[in-house]
Amino acid sequence: MFKGNFINNLPKIYGTYTGGFIVFIILMAIGEQAGMSAKAIGICFVLFTVLIYALIGYLSRTIQVDAYYLAGRQVPTVFNGMATAADWMSGASFVAMAGGIYFKGYGYMALLVGWTGGYVLVASLLAPYLRKFGCYTVPDFIGTRYGGNLARLSAVIVLTVASFTYVTAQINATGTIASVALDIPFNIAVYVGLASILMCSMLGGMRAVTWTQVAQYIVLIIAYLLPVFWISNKMGAGVFPHLMLADEVARIAELESQFGLGSIKNSAADLKQVPKGLSGITKAHAEVNTTPWKFISLAVCMMAGTASLPHVMMRYFTTPSVKAARRSVGWSLFFIFLLYSSAPMLATLSKLSLMDPNLATGIIGKSISEVQAIDWYQNWNQANLMFVSDFNGNGTLELNEFFMGGKAVVLATPEIAGLPYVISGLVAAGGMAAAMSTADGLVLAISNALSHDIYYKMINPKAETAKRLIVARVLLVLIGFAGATIAALEIQGILGSVIWAFDFAMSGLFFPLVLGVWWKRANAQGAVAGMLGGLAAGTAYLIAVRSGYPGFLDITQLTFGIVGSVVSLVLMVVVSLMTKAPDAATQKMVDEVRVPSGKAILGKQH
Amino acid sequence: MSKQAQHWEKTRGLLFITLAIWFVFSIGIFLFGAEMQSSSIKPFGYPLSYYMTCQGSLGIFVILIFWFAGRQEKIDEEFGFSEREDD
Repeated sequence: MFKGNFINNLPKIYGTYTGGFIVFIILMAIGEQAGMSAKAIGICFVLFTVLIYALIGYLSRTIQVDAYYLAGRQVPTVFNGMATAADWMSGASFVAMAGGIYFKGYGYMALLVGWTGGYVLVASLLAPYLRKFGCYTVPDFIGTRYGGNLARLSAVIVLTVASFTYVTAQINATGTIASVALDIPFNIAVYVGLASILMCSMLGGMRAVTWTQVAQYIVLIIAYLLPVFWISNKMGAGVFPHLMLADEVARIAELESQFGLGSIKNSAADLKQVPKGLSGITKAHAEVNTTPWKFISLAVCMMAGTASLPHVMMRYFTTPSVKAARRSVGWSLFFIFLLYSSAPMLATLSKLSLMDPNLATGIIGKSISEVQAIDWYQNWNQANLMFVSDFNGNGTLELNEFFMGGKAVVLATPEIAGLPYVISGLVAAGGMAAAMSTADGLVLAISNALSHDIYYKMINPKAETAKRLIVARVLLVLIGFAGATIAALEIQGILGSVIWAFDFAMSGLFFPLVLGVWWKRANAQGAVAGMLGGLAAGTAYLIAVRSGYPGFLDITQLTFGIVGSVVSLVLMVVVSLMTKAPDAATQKMVDEVRVPSGKAILGKQH
Repeated sequence: MSKQAQHWEKTRGLLFITLAIWFVFSIGIFLFGAEMQSSSIKPFGYPLSYYMTCQGSLGIFVILIFWFAGRQEKIDEEFGFSEREDD
C-alpha cells in the first residue's frame, strides 16, 4: 500500500484511514452499550491509535539521506499543511488551551492571536526562501548563508535550548495521558510515551514523521471537534457553535454578576485548602481584562517565536517547490484555525454547563453534599482536577467555592455534559496524538541538527550515508531519553515551558533568520553576535525575573523574548556594519534565494 | 534595472502590504480592546473584542496568507521566475 505510486494515492489512503477510524469509534460505542468498561475503552483507544502510528512509522522506513531529512521533498501542499498543524499543535494546545481561556479569558487569548499571526511571518518572510535554499535543517541555512562553523554551532545551540525546553513538556503530556488511560504510574508511563514517539520517527526520520503526523492530525481534529459540536447541540445552544454561541456568552456574563464574581473574594486561609494547580473562576468570561501592552507583548512574542521555531520551519523544507511551500503555510494555518477557533467555544460550553442552574448539569447553587455525590465529580476529584469546599458554611456551592484544573476543561467536559464515555476515550486518543506529533517533530529537529550540522558538517564530513543515518538514529534515541528523564522530574507546568520555548527561539533565531534573507549586508560575525547575545540576554532576564527582579516595561517571564530579540537585532546590525561585508559569492547566493525558479542552493544529497 | 532587481522590488512591495495588514489585525486593533468591547458592531452577536480574539483575526490571517501566496505567484510569473512543475 505504501509502495509505488504512494503520493498520488494519498487522498485514498488517508480517506480509508479516516473511515476506518470512524468505524472504530462506532465499534467502541457499541461496545460501551454492550457493557464494555470505561477503562477498557480508554485502553483500546490509546493502544489502537498508537499501534497505527507505529505501523506507519515502520512502513516509512528509509535508508536514503534525503528521505530521512526531507521526506524526499515530495510532500503535497495540503498534506504538509496537516502534518504541520499536528507538528504545531502540542499537548498544550489540545489539553490546556481551552482551560486557559476558561480561567483567564481575554488576556489569555493573546496566545491564540500570536500562535496564528506568526504564520503570516512564516509565509512572507521565511518559509519560501528557506525552501529555495534547500537546507536539511535550520542551522544548515545559517551555516551556509553566513559561512563558518561558529555560526552553524551557535544556531544549533539556540535550536537545542528552545526545542529541548519544549520537548520535555510534550513527553510529560504523553506520559500524563498514557498513565491515566492505561492506568500505570507516571514515571513508567513517560517511557511508554517515549517508546511510542520513537517508533514513529526512528526508522524513517522526516518521512515517517510526516506520514504519522498526518494520521495524528486526523485523530486529534476529530477528537476535538466532535465533542464541541455534540455538546452544543445537546445543550440546544446551536447546530454550529462557532457562529451561534453569542447568547451563551451573554448568559455567562449575566450569571457572573448574579453569583457575585469579583465582589466575593476568598481569604488566603481558605485558598490554602485548595489542592495545588486548581483554580476558581476569578475573571469575567468575555471582558477585556488586561492592558493593551500586556496583550500585544505576549502576542508579539508568540508570533516571532512561531517564525523561529525550527521544528515548524523544517516542515516547509519537505514540499516539492517554493510555490508549494508558500501555499502549504496557508493550509497549515487553516488546519490550525479549525482547532483554535473551537477552543473558546469549548470553554464557553464547559463554563455554562457548570454554572447555569437552568441546565441539568449546572452545579453552582446546588447543595455541597449533592455535588460531592455526583459520579464525575468523584472521578475528577480523585484525579486531583476538581475540588469544592463550603467556605462560607451555608451548605450551598457558590461560584467562588468551585475549583478545577485547566486540563479538566477538555478532559472532563464531555463527561460533565453527559456524553457517553466513548467520547472521553476519543479525547484521550486526541491528546496523545497532539503531544506525540509535536514531540516527534521536536526530537527530530534536535537530533537532525546534531547529526547533520555537528557530526557530518563539522566532525566527519567524509562519513558515508549508512554511518550518517546510524548516528542520526542513535542521537534521536539519546535525546528522547534525556527528554523523558527530565520530564519524569516534573519541573515546570506544560504551558509555562511551551511559552519559554517560544521566547528562547525568538531571542536567538528570529533576526538572524530574517536578516539572512532580507539584508545582504548581514555577515557571520553579526549573526553569531545576534544569536549568542540574544539568547544570553533573554536567558539572563528570565533568570533575573525568576529570582525576584521586578523587570522593566511590564516584560515578564512569559515575554522575555522581547529583551532577547532586541539585543539580538542591535548586536547583529552593529557588529555586521563594523566588520567586513560578505563576499561576492555569498551576495550572489542571497540573490539566488530570492528567486523561486532554478536549482536549490543545496542539492537533495548534501 | 535588471529583471531580478525589479522582481525583488515588487516582492518587497507585496511584503510591506502583507505586513501592514498583519500589523493591523495582530497588534493595531488590540490597542483598542476596551473600545472594541463597547462597540456596537457585534459579529454574530459576540462582543467585537471577544470575536476578534476567537475567530476574527485568526480567520483574516488564513485568508491573508492565501492572498499573499497568490499575489507572489503572479509576480514570479510576470518576470518568468515561476518554477517548472517537475522541479
